[in-house]
Amino acid sequence: MMDQLTLLPSYLTAHLQLTLIALFFSVAISLPLGILATRVAWLEAPVLSVAGVIQTIPSLALLALMVPLLATLHLQSIGFLPAIIGLTLYGVFPILRNTVTGISGVAPELIEAARGVGMTSNQRLINVELPLSMPVIVAGIRTATVWIVGVATLSTPVGATSLGNYIFSGLQTRNFKAVLVGSLAAAGLALLLDGLVRMLEIAIRERRRALAKIVFGVFFVLYVYTGISLTQSLFLLGKTGVITIGSKTFTEQYILSSIISQRIESETGHTTRLLQSLGSTVAFDALRSGDIDMYVDYSGTVWATIMQRDSVPENRNEVLREVTNFLRDEHGITVIGPLGFENTYALAVSESDGKRFQLREISDLVPYAKSMLIGGDYEFFARPEWQAIQKNYGIEFKESLMMDSSLMYQAIGQGDVDIISAFSTDGRITSFDLRMLKDDRLAIPPYDAILLVGEKVMRDYPTAVTSTNSLVNAIDVDQMMQMNFSVDEGGKTPEQVADQFIKTLSQSEALN
Amino acid sequence: MIQLEKVSKLYGSVMAVDNLSLTVRKSELLVVLGGSGSGKTTTLKMINRLVEPSEGAICLDGKDITEVEPHELRRHIGYVFQQVGLFPHMSVSENMAITLQLLDWSAVRIKTRVEELLALVELEPSMLNRMPSELSGGEQQRVGVARALAAEPTVMLLDEPFGSLDPLTRGRLQESFAKIRRRLGLTSILVSHDMVEALLLGDRIAVMDRGRLVQVGTPYELVRCPASDYVKQLMHTPRRQAKAVDDLLVDDGDVSDKFSQ
Repeated sequence: MMDQLTLLPSYLTAHLQLTLIALFFSVAISLPLGILATRVAWLEAPVLSVAGVIQTIPSLALLALMVPLLATLHLQSIGFLPAIIGLTLYGVFPILRNTVTGISGVAPELIEAARGVGMTSNQRLINVELPLSMPVIVAGIRTATVWIVGVATLSTPVGATSLGNYIFSGLQTRNFKAVLVGSLAAAGLALLLDGLVRMLEIAIRERRRALAKIVFGVFFVLYVYTGISLTQSLFLLGKTGVITIGSKTFTEQYILSSIISQRIESETGHTTRLLQSLGSTVAFDALRSGDIDMYVDYSGTVWATIMQRDSVPENRNEVLREVTNFLRDEHGITVIGPLGFENTYALAVSESDGKRFQLREISDLVPYAKSMLIGGDYEFFARPEWQAIQKNYGIEFKESLMMDSSLMYQAIGQGDVDIISAFSTDGRITSFDLRMLKDDRLAIPPYDAILLVGEKVMRDYPTAVTSTNSLVNAIDVDQMMQMNFSVDEGGKTPEQVADQFIKTLSQSEALN
Repeated sequence: MIQLEKVSKLYGSVMAVDNLSLTVRKSELLVVLGGSGSGKTTTLKMINRLVEPSEGAICLDGKDITEVEPHELRRHIGYVFQQVGLFPHMSVSENMAITLQLLDWSAVRIKTRVEELLALVELEPSMLNRMPSELSGGEQQRVGVARALAAEPTVMLLDEPFGSLDPLTRGRLQESFAKIRRRLGLTSILVSHDMVEALLLGDRIAVMDRGRLVQVGTPYELVRCPASDYVKQLMHTPRRQAKAVDDLLVDDGDVSDKFSQ
């Protein structure tokens, strides 16, 4: 638990930054817009409908959609900006709706009285309509606050650090303490901010100036803290010598990013920064746009998803060579080299089923497939490999179930599914006693783990790049499986495992 | 002096006010009397441009009211509302001072003026910091009158100001107001559907029916020479009621008997 809590200050600060800035913009947009909608009659319906429609987009999708949208506009598409825009949009509706409801709910005789005593339209707004609708508007701000705090945990996959980092990495590495810490911290933050806004509401309604001053004071301090910490992290980003290492959302990636980071820091003294839990294609886009400097991908992923190739050459090195050339020529990305192991999609069955039906290769499945349930991660059933398996083997399963990759193993262990799309380096293949089936008709391309490096680092930090050379062909499948297992089932953190690996590597280097 | 010349107000196809011409003399209180839908409130609201006339012209002291911005005009015309319309989030003194704030009076001047107003409408100084919800109906309307008088207007418009008060309070407020408007020499229009109020308060009475002006005159003229049956009946109602009450008392009849039926 303690090692989780050491991360809390940085995650909480990042979460606070996202929440407070998004809340600020939400209020800044929706309050004037709401007022305008009550002044210009024809605006009310369209403005409320548009905000309402945005609200119905699932929050994760809203954030994820910001990435391609911003990329099209040639803006920073990974990290803080997409998260802030998504969260701001999410917070607009409750405030907008309550502003319109509040202002149009002011009694008509008071509006007439305001006109009667000689107020202009603006004076009426400031002296009568806003004060009287304040409780309703503040209620809207409270709703927005709680929503934004909650949805901000989903900023992690678009590359913005938040308390969601606890939740996403915790779920992937089966570290439920981390999930708990992240959830409780988010809930606590929501309660705190909600309480503050509520106190502000009371202070305004009951005209308690002292209370209002206190609440404004606390908000002021929070915003100043946010401003300072944000400036610092932006400064850190812009500072030369900071190398950003990305990772996708599974255990192996957390370990590898940590290994790379520790290796560079110990060998060169450059500062590194981890940007973790990125969506699969988000990571590649982030490298291309320079938002991250290096990360580990897999030759087959680039081959199938980015190069859109469907044929599978028999030679593993041929794929590696083509991928390397493609990335260099098309995207200016350098492949340092393979790390030495393959993490491929592998169809896996339980050892007992394997024995009973004598399953060794995917072809052996064909007669039984029609009565089998297959479980796969979010990506698998949309990937070209899945198409290729169906085509090459002429195989058809009873039903395919999409689930989180960390739950697949449990599902097959409990017999909820008969077959899963396992990752070949996953430690749980051994611990859940699974049998991987050979891809005898070459539907699945080779998945060599390869270290990708962006143009900027190649140019500016040659020593950092050189220091990673020793990682090439340094990790074999068994080692990777062992490390994954230590995290997934052994209760270690990715950092601890990485640390152990780096120590061993340095020792063997010293010996040679 | 207030002059309305051939003023009409059309709501869709409904003539709320139909070709109305009327003059209110300086320092005079004119009661506009009529039932609901007679157009009396619409007439009142056209004078401070809460409602814009469809046709005709209205002049204040010989000047067309459309020459001034509506909010400027309203700051110099006192208006007392039927539902009082005090701002619930403002204290009594803030309500009284609102027009003065809009006119950018200095804080010191406002304070002095609010104290004067308080005395004028016969309220205790301890009321100043109360909220409207803490006042009785009569007190609320006293504040309403004070708010209307704040900027020392020469013209007052009152829209059934005492209609929702109990009879005792109403009587006291009517007396207060009669005193105030004589003292300040206010040119006033008071809209009412209450015949007794009209007879007691009005220097003159204008009777309206279905958007049209039926008759204008002093109470005496209206009672002596009603222009139509409608006016005649209207004028007779309070006297008939008063007679009925008198009879009841003279009759020495058993009152409890009458109510036990």
